[in-house]
Amino acid sequence: MEGSVHFVQGNEACLEGALYAGLDFFAGYPITPSTEIAEHLSYRLPRVGGKFIQMEDEIASICAIIGASLTGHKVMTATSGPGFSLMQEGLGYAIMAEIPCVIVNVQRGGPSTGLPTAPAQGDVYQARWGTHGDHEIIALTASSHQDVFEMTVHAFNMAETYRTPVIVLLDEVTAHMRERLVISSQGEVPVVERLRTSVPAGVDYHPYLPREDGRLPMSDFGSKHRYNVTGLYHDMWGFPSNDPQVVHGLLRHLLDKIGSNVGTITRHKEYYLEDAQTILVSYGCSARSALHVVENRRLRGERLGLLELQSLWPFPSDLVDRKCAGARHIVVVEMNMGQIVRAVKRAVARPERVALANRIDGQFITPTDIKSILRLIQGKGV
Amino acid sequence: MTSVKGYIRERFFPHLWCQGCGHGIVLNCLVRSVHQSGLDKNEIVMVSGIGCSARISGYVDFHSMHTLHGRALAFATGIKLSKPELKVIVALGDGDGLAIGGNHFIHAARRNIDMTAIIMNNRIYGMTGGQCSPLTGYGKSATTAPYGSIDRDFDVVKLAVSAGASFVARTTAYHAHELTSLLKQAFAHQGFSVVEVMSQCPTYFGRKNKIGDAVHMMEWLKKNTTLIGSEMKARDPSLVERGVFLQEQKLEYCREYDEVIKRAMQGSA
Repeated sequence: MEGSVHFVQGNEACLEGALYAGLDFFAGYPITPSTEIAEHLSYRLPRVGGKFIQMEDEIASICAIIGASLTGHKVMTATSGPGFSLMQEGLGYAIMAEIPCVIVNVQRGGPSTGLPTAPAQGDVYQARWGTHGDHEIIALTASSHQDVFEMTVHAFNMAETYRTPVIVLLDEVTAHMRERLVISSQGEVPVVERLRTSVPAGVDYHPYLPREDGRLPMSDFGSKHRYNVTGLYHDMWGFPSNDPQVVHGLLRHLLDKIGSNVGTITRHKEYYLEDAQTILVSYGCSARSALHVVENRRLRGERLGLLELQSLWPFPSDLVDRKCAGARHIVVVEMNMGQIVRAVKRAVARPERVALANRIDGQFITPTDIKSILRLIQGKGV
Repeated sequence: MTSVKGYIRERFFPHLWCQGCGHGIVLNCLVRSVHQSGLDKNEIVMVSGIGCSARISGYVDFHSMHTLHGRALAFATGIKLSKPELKVIVALGDGDGLAIGGNHFIHAARRNIDMTAIIMNNRIYGMTGGQCSPLTGYGKSATTAPYGSIDRDFDVVKLAVSAGASFVARTTAYHAHELTSLLKQAFAHQGFSVVEVMSQCPTYFGRKNKIGDAVHMMEWLKKNTTLIGSEMKARDPSLVERGVFLQEQKLEYCREYDEVIKRAMQGSA
């Protein structure tokens, strides 16, 4: 299947990216619109000696992949809104215990059961703050199948590099639409392998003592080092501690390992930004309509540009501020009541320039929707 | 003694259990049964949930994982299926394993995945201060059942058997030698094995139900239980039976998955 051209759903592009990155353990629970990921992996994984298991719910699914990650495997689960809600507990555990794993959330309309088969981008803040307590999180997204493939590989790479869960936030449109996907040949896209400890057997290994570069080499369960893993605050051996210094040090480490590496983690695309007077900021399926508007208006000589975010958290504030510095209007295009628009307003100087173009009725936001908002902003009426 | 001590992490002692708690006996029997079974520490993963019972995983010198409330078996399933050569032992509390974790318990049993679930049943939520659990029992008192509990309790043995476990046993913290023996049998069994250990919590269950101190509670365990099929049981049907209730050979989940891989690979050849 490698180095080859395919015509597939976005969900398939996601699992192809995962397999490319080395996925060999998947646990999941059926839920629209993510189910194709589980279905295809139940077929594909055993063919390459990997494991697939359908668990009793989404809570069990995320717990199972965390367990499998500890034995040295690259792991993933996939779900949608209601299942993502159930996974928040396990997500926090993976953050605290520093377990690499990838969680795909194919967003649908919410809250609650909402609109199972209709698109929305309402889980942006749930990805950021869904699990309790102070934390940093990495959440990536994509608007085309090629990008879904590449961002899924990136998700695995970031999970391994920073020993942390990574969320891939897709949406129903991207997940169920069919389009061309070129699966890269082996070696074409960099794949980060797990950093394992070089501490020899019999020498004290400290699973939670970061190296000077902040990274923590792992030791697989079942290999030479026996240590403890817990969701409690813990010392360098992984043993529970409520010593204020230990608590402070661990939380700072968890925040800084992501907060200090925003430039490495984040990804974006830009179109016609150099001279843009109006900049659309968008992501996921909404960015497809936004790009259509930009290209359409450029033909008429209007100076429009698009900043497409491929990573939402940590939010690339400096990048957004820099790119939008010269723009008269900044319009955030997203399918919710305004989630990333908040982060954009906080990032830029003169936030009164920032407006929202959205749609929340379960229908895909169209170029016409965006154009209407643009006309209003430009004082041209509807 | 030295050899048994080699299975615990002395660095992390003293343990946090109350004086007279039965859980220390479970830890003692656990390390003895591992030692007597000749298991290699590097091959054992001990997984636990949250609560008094769950702290046991930190004290043993195995690969250990202290997880989320009720979720230990789900984590353990990922560990076992991803690396079937590991020996997986899971410690569950009665609230942890059968209330919040009840669904994971029946599904792990249904799959017959090879691991040993030890249910440390002290009939109470100890760590949060003595609230009633699904094993507290009708009429018993707890800090959330001040007028006596109206909740019926599970029979762990019947639940495990009907959910699909292939080895099911029960004993108490009083019967330490029996517990060691049952754990050894459970470790030797291929499939999902369940060992319920009735353990005393003098701090909460004993105090709330006026049973007395740890000694009185252990005497209660001695007097109110009997071996399966004993004459005493025939005379007094209210006695709780101890021993092995079920031991059957049936296909184990990870081995079955190996067959799935074979079938898939034949298809892709």
